[in-house]
Amino acid sequence: MKRFSQLLVTLILKTSRNDKISVLSEYFKYTPDPDRGYALGALTGTLSNPGIKPSLLRTLVAERIDQELFNLSYDYVGDLAETVSLIWPDTAPYKEKLPSIAEFISKMEGTPKAKLSALISSFLDNANSNERWAMIKFATGGLRVGVSARLAKTALAAYSGCLLEDIEKVWHGLTPPYIGLFEWLDGKTGIPKIQHTRTFHPMMLANPLNIEQDFDRLDPNDFQAEWKWDGIRVQAVFDESNKQLYSRTGDDISRAFPDIVGELNGKAVLDGELLVGENFKALPFNQLQQRLNRKSPTKMHLKNYPAFIRVYDMLFYNEDDIRDLPLKIRRQKLEDWMKQVKNSRLDISEILDFDSWSRLAELRTEKADTLGHEGVLIKDLQSKYSPGRPKGPWFKWKRDPKFLDGVMMYAQRGHGRRSSFYSDYTFGIWRGNELVPIGKAYSGFTDEELVMLDKWVRGNTLNRFGPVREVRKELVVELAFDSAHASSRHKSGIALRFPRINRIRWDKPAQEADTTETITSIM
Amino acid sequence: MQWINHELYIAPIDAYIDPIKPVDKAIITHGHADHARPGHQKVLASRQTIDIMKIRYGEKSATSFQSMEFGKPLRINDVTITLHPAGHILGSAQISIEYRGQRVVVTGDYKTIPDSSAQAFEIIKCDLFVTEATFGLPIFQHPSPHNEINNLLKSISGQPNRTHLIGVYSLGKAQRVISLLREAGYDHPIFIHGALEKLCDYYSSEGINLGLLRKALAQDKETMKGAVVMAPPSALRDRWSRRLMDPIICQASGWMTIKQRAKRSGVELPLIISDHADWNELTSTIDSTEADTIWVTHGREDALVHWCKLNRKNAEPLRLQGRDEELEI
Ligand SMILES: [Zn+2]
Ligand SMILES: [Zn+2]
Repeated sequence: MKRFSQLLVTLILKTSRNDKISVLSEYFKYTPDPDRGYALGALTGTLSNPGIKPSLLRTLVAERIDQELFNLSYDYVGDLAETVSLIWPDTAPYKEKLPSIAEFISKMEGTPKAKLSALISSFLDNANSNERWAMIKFATGGLRVGVSARLAKTALAAYSGCLLEDIEKVWHGLTPPYIGLFEWLDGKTGIPKIQHTRTFHPMMLANPLNIEQDFDRLDPNDFQAEWKWDGIRVQAVFDESNKQLYSRTGDDISRAFPDIVGELNGKAVLDGELLVGENFKALPFNQLQQRLNRKSPTKMHLKNYPAFIRVYDMLFYNEDDIRDLPLKIRRQKLEDWMKQVKNSRLDISEILDFDSWSRLAELRTEKADTLGHEGVLIKDLQSKYSPGRPKGPWFKWKRDPKFLDGVMMYAQRGHGRRSSFYSDYTFGIWRGNELVPIGKAYSGFTDEELVMLDKWVRGNTLNRFGPVREVRKELVVELAFDSAHASSRHKSGIALRFPRINRIRWDKPAQEADTTETITSIM
Repeated sequence: MQWINHELYIAPIDAYIDPIKPVDKAIITHGHADHARPGHQKVLASRQTIDIMKIRYGEKSATSFQSMEFGKPLRINDVTITLHPAGHILGSAQISIEYRGQRVVVTGDYKTIPDSSAQAFEIIKCDLFVTEATFGLPIFQHPSPHNEINNLLKSISGQPNRTHLIGVYSLGKAQRVISLLREAGYDHPIFIHGALEKLCDYYSSEGINLGLLRKALAQDKETMKGAVVMAPPSALRDRWSRRLMDPIICQASGWMTIKQRAKRSGVELPLIISDHADWNELTSTIDSTEADTIWVTHGREDALVHWCKLNRKNAEPLRLQGRDEELEI
């Protein structure tokens, strides 16, 4: 834990990507197994943490520190792990050696619930504040030290000389503490063998299109275009005995969609958009939301919102890895496979007919409202299927956003770097004389604007409910959003898709914000 | 107490302690800008505080200066004033005022741990104790400064090609960090920003060992390899720092306790070196003075006032205007 805490402290303060990579490489190179593998798991979010609840930490602190002093401190620091680590009385007369990560995990797992608080207290007593902070972060999950999984893997590549692509290819077939992975990285064995039709493979993502720059240099003949559906991106991974559905982040969501999983036939890895609707006719996103909100669906859900996949791409054809073949060929193979293997819940994504970018622009807007998609995807016919978001081969061209003026109603603290700022806001619009919430937004502003918003919130607070502040209904903000739907989640009866702050209207009186009627008219 | 009010105005002698506006008679605890301001008629302070005021604001920054030695009482009418070291920076004083059998101690800023660049703090028993509370939250438990200096030295030897650029306030912090480095055996020249020069010269002339100092400006890149450079926090990202060798931004301050705060200010190597008392120093000092009334100023008053009440002491926040660590330049 000592080394690990030094690693986390260094990482959170380093700003340069290269510095982070070199610090991580050093760590992976010189830290023994299995600790480095557990650290890798914690950094990449693959390690299921012991799951210490914040409430337990608060109880432990309450036994040591006056409640009011704790609250004032927490309000000042803004982050629970950091507050607890700093406020913990540093009074142990002498300190025992800290456990390794492996010892930490095994002790936590081997301790009955009733004795867990004593164990954690003794860990915290024996640590300094940085070590306490690292242990709490480790035990509560979600490190937030500015290291993405991608960056951690880049560091693995940097220290070992192995290719990042190769690491990505086996990554999802492996689990912490990654002993086999490190054996290979250290050059002691070959690349770990994984079962491709049983593991998630990182997805290829599209970049937003820059209309001014990209179209001039791109030839429409080199590209294929498809609708960009407003569902969730999924990967279906299946063979005769094993059938799984993964979200874009690699979470296994099979249990929520037995109607799809139960109907998967053959052996393949497919990439597509999960949607709901009869006969492959997609319903709006908020209908899909009914399914996403549940871990497992009821009969009613299965009947009213049957799910299907609009297949975009194929990664494995039977057992053959076809990711390095050009899209054109992969598409051909996908079409062949779809003809051979009967799958009632798979529908191949339509290729759009266009000969110029201006024709595609027309298609994009004219069909958007009738079909309910959110724009088009444009893909280079020669593109390999490369994990991540490579610049160049794939673009998404969304419909133009819509706007409304809302009034700030509540503000909540953000997380991580923004934890001491009120950065998550709830906005409302008028229904008669009453403001009704329409959604939350926490992006779209600059750092300077965040400071101004935070100051405004603090100076205009009416009430506090834990981390939430109710503010004076005076600040108008122009929200951009992709579409509006009827919804029972908000009192306004309306839900926005991807709301974000477009500009802050310091000048605009709250009375002039939008009304539920105007928004309903554009739904 | 009738004769001293919340603005630290002492009625029987018509004098203020650390006033923020020009007044007739001012008693000044120490030379930081949020305590010592130019434009008063008469200033009473330690010799070193007066020297520092003259260096920063000019010989004529008050109409007259009267210096006092530590521990030597001065009687004016029925009032006895005594200065006692506050341990904050060179010349920093707590002001003790006795009148009609009661004693008030106003700390200004203080710390109680040893510091070879300032006179050592003394506990003065009193009836009313006016304490600062810059780090008045229990999250502030400063580590030993030697520990922080060791981290700095480790970082220097681990990255011998880079420059360590340390943000320090020009009065007090700069000289303390330099003297800590010297005590730890660091004997290379230390490069300083122009804004630190006069005060470093002054500390040296007062017998504080700062070793060999050189100007940070006008050095070639090669010289700056592995060097330690000190500059005011506001100057860390100025033009001149681009000429340094791939600098590692450090900052020496009690605020560096909070990682999110260090991160926000772009500090890669935080050094928790504070010239103010931490929570444990504040609370144990309050206890040791045996005062039954505590006035809290200058920082996070609420928590310390709450602590006093928990410990059955009368306490009030003063909420003086214009006091801020950010002003300690
Ligand atoms: Zn000061
Ligand atoms: Zn001060």
